[in-house]
Amino acid sequence: MRARRVAAIVLRHFYLVRGSLSRVVPLFVWVAIDMVLWGFITRYLSTASTFRFNLVSALLGAVLLWDFEARVMQGVTMAFFEDVWSRNFLNVFASPLRLSEYLGGLVLSSIATSTVGLVVMLLVATVAFGLSFAAYGLLLVPFLLVLFLFGIALGIAGTALVLRLGPSAEWFIWPIPAVLSPLACVFYPLATLPAWMQPVARLLPPAYVFEGMRAVVARGAAPGAPLALGAALAAVDIVLACWIFARVHRYAVKTGLIARYSAESVS
Amino acid sequence: MSAPAAPAPTLAVTGLRKAYGRVVAVDGISFAVAPGEIVGLLGPNGAGKTTTINMVLGVLAPDAGSVRVEGLDLAAKRSEALERMNFAAVYSPLPGNLTVAQNLRVFGLIYGVRPLGARVEELIAQYDLERFRNTKSGVLSSGEQTRLSLAKAMLNRPHLLLLDEPTASLDPATARDMRARIRGFASQGGLAVLWTSHNMHEVREVCDRVLFLSRGRILLEGDPRTLPGEHGKANLEELFITVAREPLSLEPA
Repeated sequence: MRARRVAAIVLRHFYLVRGSLSRVVPLFVWVAIDMVLWGFITRYLSTASTFRFNLVSALLGAVLLWDFEARVMQGVTMAFFEDVWSRNFLNVFASPLRLSEYLGGLVLSSIATSTVGLVVMLLVATVAFGLSFAAYGLLLVPFLLVLFLFGIALGIAGTALVLRLGPSAEWFIWPIPAVLSPLACVFYPLATLPAWMQPVARLLPPAYVFEGMRAVVARGAAPGAPLALGAALAAVDIVLACWIFARVHRYAVKTGLIARYSAESVS
Repeated sequence: MSAPAAPAPTLAVTGLRKAYGRVVAVDGISFAVAPGEIVGLLGPNGAGKTTTINMVLGVLAPDAGSVRVEGLDLAAKRSEALERMNFAAVYSPLPGNLTVAQNLRVFGLIYGVRPLGARVEELIAQYDLERFRNTKSGVLSSGEQTRLSLAKAMLNRPHLLLLDEPTASLDPATARDMRARIRGFASQGGLAVLWTSHNMHEVREVCDRVLFLSRGRILLEGDPRTLPGEHGKANLEELFITVAREPLSLEPA
């Protein structure tokens, strides 16, 4: 893997974001709106309910972490969509760029864009609604790491789906976080789910993060083993997503899909 | 005293075949392009020219056969082979949401160009793009976009250049300059070029050799200045029309 080629993909994305209001604004506006909305909901529930734990840390913290995961995924897919929208596939894939370098560039672009969103969310949640990250302690780092890894895996798998099914399949990608959120147990304990759904939830790394987060808020500590399992699952998901992308790319080269990738839908 | 050995080809295509279902787009063709040689790939629409170019570019896997660039097997050493080549095609403009200079910098990094800044400036000057340095390439005229594509294609000083109708959008004066420039790179710098065009005047002027494709096979091959006469035609355009309309009349008995 050559760093200069990875840097080329990041630089391309930096040029696009820097020169475009329509790309800069979504990096922080939607997450800020989410924080404000859920901040007020949390404040209302805190006064109207008899919960014995800190709702701000449990609920607003959950929204923040889940939004971060979604931003990471979208960071990868958006960087990929830029090549789809500008019909740049032939220039990219007929160059010396290796798949690992291309995906590495998408991931680094996502780190940059999702970090902007995370900083804005942290500012709004702490300044406006008093969310204290001291409540999570050092566990915040593995929480963010697991969600980051899973977001990368989802992003790469999503790009593979669009590469295989065509540009119009991007509409499958945007709702992925919403579709997964019930199973990821963002707002409620895993035990709340029906018995048949719980094994599925246990396959999702975020479920371990949110279980851990609630444990920290309620008891001041969280067991490390489930979180480690979540991290291992996320790492496996990344490997699986890269394998899927490589398979789809091989199919696209075999069928000529890449060379004519501007059709509305492809078979 | 033995004759000097012919230089190893920059591009060697052997038994290349591609079929889409029952339709055979390219049917086992073999050819080579030597250093400094410009080879025209001609044929009617659907003859297999773009399919061939896509296979040489590595974006389409052949069903059979091989592509070697300076001896490197494209299938096994894809990245190394593609570092030595580049391409420009009318149907593959550079991203319109980046400026001219940004596009050249991004692709310069991808192709490992050093020193990048100086090379980008050199190409911007060579291809008369100074005025558009900070203009998004999507708003350039088609001719200006073609000049940018050609500048990108020369970024890494390729040993093999694939050009798919490179002058289709250029005015006659600019097209002539581009032909002269590429001709110069070939004769002085040893650049090997595979060139497709429907402009027979251009082909006659610039190509050392032409390959006429018809139904995925190489029907004719030779010097574009003598080939028409060898087949009883007045000029290259007449020969092209015959290949397009009645290829069987030119098939070897």
